[in-house]
Amino acid sequence: MSIPAGIPLPLTSVQATWLLVERNIITYRSAWKLFITGFLEPVFYLLSIGIGVGQLIDTFEFNGQTIPYAEFVAPGMLAASAFNGALMDSCFNFFFKLKHLRLYDSVLATPVGTADVARGEVIWGQLRGGSYSAAFLVVMLLLGYIHTWWAVLALPAALLIGFAFSAVAMACTTWFTSWQDFEKVTLVQTPLFLFSATFFPVTAFDGWLRWVVECTPLYRGVVLCRELTTGTVTLDSLVSVVYLMVMGVVGLLVVRKRLDTLLLT
Amino acid sequence: MATTQPTQPAQRTRPAPHPSGRLSTVTAVRRMAPYWLTVSLRTWRGSVVSAFLAPIFYVVAMGVLLGGFIASDRARLEGAPDYLSFIVPGLVAGHAMQTAVADTSWPVFSNFKWNRVYDSMVATPIAVRQVAFAHLFFVWARVTAVCAIFDLVVAPFGVYGSWWGPFAALAAQSLTGLTFATLMYGYACRIETDAAFGVVFRLAIFPLFLFSGAFFPVANLGAVGERVAQLTPLWHGVNLSRMLSLDTVDLSTAAINLAVLLAVAVLGGWWAVSGLEKRMQS
Amino acid sequence: MTESEIASTAEPMIWARGLRKSFGTGESAFEAVKGIDLDVRRGEAFGFLGPNGAGKSSTMRMIAAVSPVTAGELRILGRDPETDGPAIRARLGVCPQEDTLDSELNVRDNLVIYARYFGIGRADARARADELLELVNLTEKAKAKVDDLSGGMKRRLTIARSLVNRPDLLLLDEPTTGLDPQARHVLWDQLFRLKQQGVTLVITTHYMDEAEQLCDRLVVMDKGVVAAEGSPAALIREHSSREVAELRFGLGDVGADGADGAGANPHETHAADVADLGDRVEVLPDRLLVYSADGDEVLEAVHDRGLRPVATLVRRSTLEDVFLRLTGRTLVD
Repeated sequence: MSIPAGIPLPLTSVQATWLLVERNIITYRSAWKLFITGFLEPVFYLLSIGIGVGQLIDTFEFNGQTIPYAEFVAPGMLAASAFNGALMDSCFNFFFKLKHLRLYDSVLATPVGTADVARGEVIWGQLRGGSYSAAFLVVMLLLGYIHTWWAVLALPAALLIGFAFSAVAMACTTWFTSWQDFEKVTLVQTPLFLFSATFFPVTAFDGWLRWVVECTPLYRGVVLCRELTTGTVTLDSLVSVVYLMVMGVVGLLVVRKRLDTLLLT
Repeated sequence: MATTQPTQPAQRTRPAPHPSGRLSTVTAVRRMAPYWLTVSLRTWRGSVVSAFLAPIFYVVAMGVLLGGFIASDRARLEGAPDYLSFIVPGLVAGHAMQTAVADTSWPVFSNFKWNRVYDSMVATPIAVRQVAFAHLFFVWARVTAVCAIFDLVVAPFGVYGSWWGPFAALAAQSLTGLTFATLMYGYACRIETDAAFGVVFRLAIFPLFLFSGAFFPVANLGAVGERVAQLTPLWHGVNLSRMLSLDTVDLSTAAINLAVLLAVAVLGGWWAVSGLEKRMQS
Repeated sequence: MTESEIASTAEPMIWARGLRKSFGTGESAFEAVKGIDLDVRRGEAFGFLGPNGAGKSSTMRMIAAVSPVTAGELRILGRDPETDGPAIRARLGVCPQEDTLDSELNVRDNLVIYARYFGIGRADARARADELLELVNLTEKAKAKVDDLSGGMKRRLTIARSLVNRPDLLLLDEPTTGLDPQARHVLWDQLFRLKQQGVTLVITTHYMDEAEQLCDRLVVMDKGVVAAEGSPAALIREHSSREVAELRFGLGDVGADGADGAGANPHETHAADVADLGDRVEVLPDRLLVYSADGDEVLEAVHDRGLRPVATLVRRSTLEDVFLRLTGRTLVD
């Protein structure tokens, strides 16, 4: 046994953050079926809407390029699945751990702090979401939907989307009191998923409505992924990157603050 | 004595009690009705979004907006005049399935595993079988109500082929809901941990929703894909709902659709009841 | 031993002056702890007694360095929880009132992962987990799910978890609530052994027998303040008599003066008859308690006065008498 008698140096924040990730990996070892099947969701969407409905649609124009419908929908699914996965993890799973498992009450009795908890949970969500995104990109490649090297950057883009939504969703979840509150998640999640130009071009909206859509975070993510997988990257793409980054960092700061008020009172 | 005599319970015409104290199923279901009504009244607000708003978002996004990019060609849309008219009856049937399985998965599991409502019910003269009937009955009623409101809301979009279309389609959707409610109920009674739901939702319910002809004609799946899709109960529900809604009924197909749904519902009913009986014995 | 370490051994484990804790602000503010002083020495077993809402758990959470101090001063292991929270928590073991086990992990992983939170290496964490499972007799359950454990087993696992970092100071918030008598005694044995090994114990409890068994010194808290402090024996000496005589009268027995007693509590009416026999008399719905140095003497006097209680009992005064004396008999929620 090598536990020093005096007060040992507390963990570094990197170590503490990683410990939360380690705990989640262990719990997932027994739920591997759930882990594997999570990857299928965007693929099913791609096959159903992209190919099934796609046969009713000829081509779309995107940033001056004419592309088949399936190639148009695929990057949308990549972004949307990062978004859905982040919400799933950061709302349901985080709420369960926070309120039912009371996991953090016991964690915070150790040298691990609230900032470590917030970072650890977001990183875990990114590991999970990132592996799904990578697999989905491979599927796109196999289906012949990728013709540019820019598409490699779609993976970090998906991670960025996941990070931004994880952090904000987790922050919102800290205000939830019962499972009934998850209807509010559905209320935000469904329209974002359906109207963020995932399934059709933003030109379907007119005037101010189009402006509103272009300002929503998932739209920024969808467009970013689409620009990367179709190789039509412009300087404007950076707007989306900065937008999502700011969103994630702010979310993370709020999570930490909220955990302080919830758990350290 | 100042206290008044307890008043005699009003004589009501009720069937003579069985010597063993066994209740008729109708009586049993009636006795459980207050419970299910209370639960529904207390929780309906919490499901407004997923029951009504979410499907309407789907109709607008897919039917109206995406539909705007799809040529209105009856030949490619199974006889529908436009994509919106095509997708609505399919979406409602798919939604009937989703509402039904949502109501018979975790809620059923919770009733014998976590909050143990079933335990308290069977501690009375009510039989296990009747508990399952009552729960299924109320899920069925809820699914039907959700679909009815949905059919009503989309009526102004002019998606129906005749005045009786929405009513006939509702019957098909309601039956589709019942069929899936029984199947999921039986499944819920036979699993050990609720993690099993996650897998069945992802590998069965979700692909069914996407590939059973709700969003596109199953002919687009290719010859083999089409045959496979037509084997699923949801396709029969979607197809029946669509034919009745569009007034494009082909009698022999409709008869097959109806027969399949009824057969699965009966088998599912047996699967659900036997499942709960097994579960409550162990 | 370095100089600073010698200094830290001389330092009390817990030192508090004017410690306060309030929740909320403005009109809804609520003060749970209203200025208490504490000195807990190394190796001692220290108890917090008090009814629900007395401020015990709030105090415990401040000591555990997870709840900021509102006012006053607090030092744990000589350090300020405000600035050195992680370093303090590294040396604490905490057994919360409700089991906060990780039900997504199996029994052994609960200990391993918890050890990891203290920065203990993976191999050491595993070895420590096995050692602790042995200690609390859960080795056979190592692979079991937490949800499948009985209440007593969960409690033992929580205690094992609180020991994972070999703490210098162990905080136990109502450690035996909800346990059956066997499990309680097993737990007491284990806590006693830890104390012998030099671990400082801080315990909150409702159970007076537990406090008498385990604590060297205790404070009785009520409404956020310390109502009394001392060893169990000293508290009994100070706040109660040596013995208690319990007298139970029949319902129809309305006393010598034969007043309009129908329906009145006979113990109410007899209280005056025995008031001079003890240091203090307490009336309960079903009996009279006479606090006195010699209970048998009280009984004799009662009989001499022609009173005929249907049942009598003489017993030693307990901590429970002290507790009820200091905090009253009214229910607190």
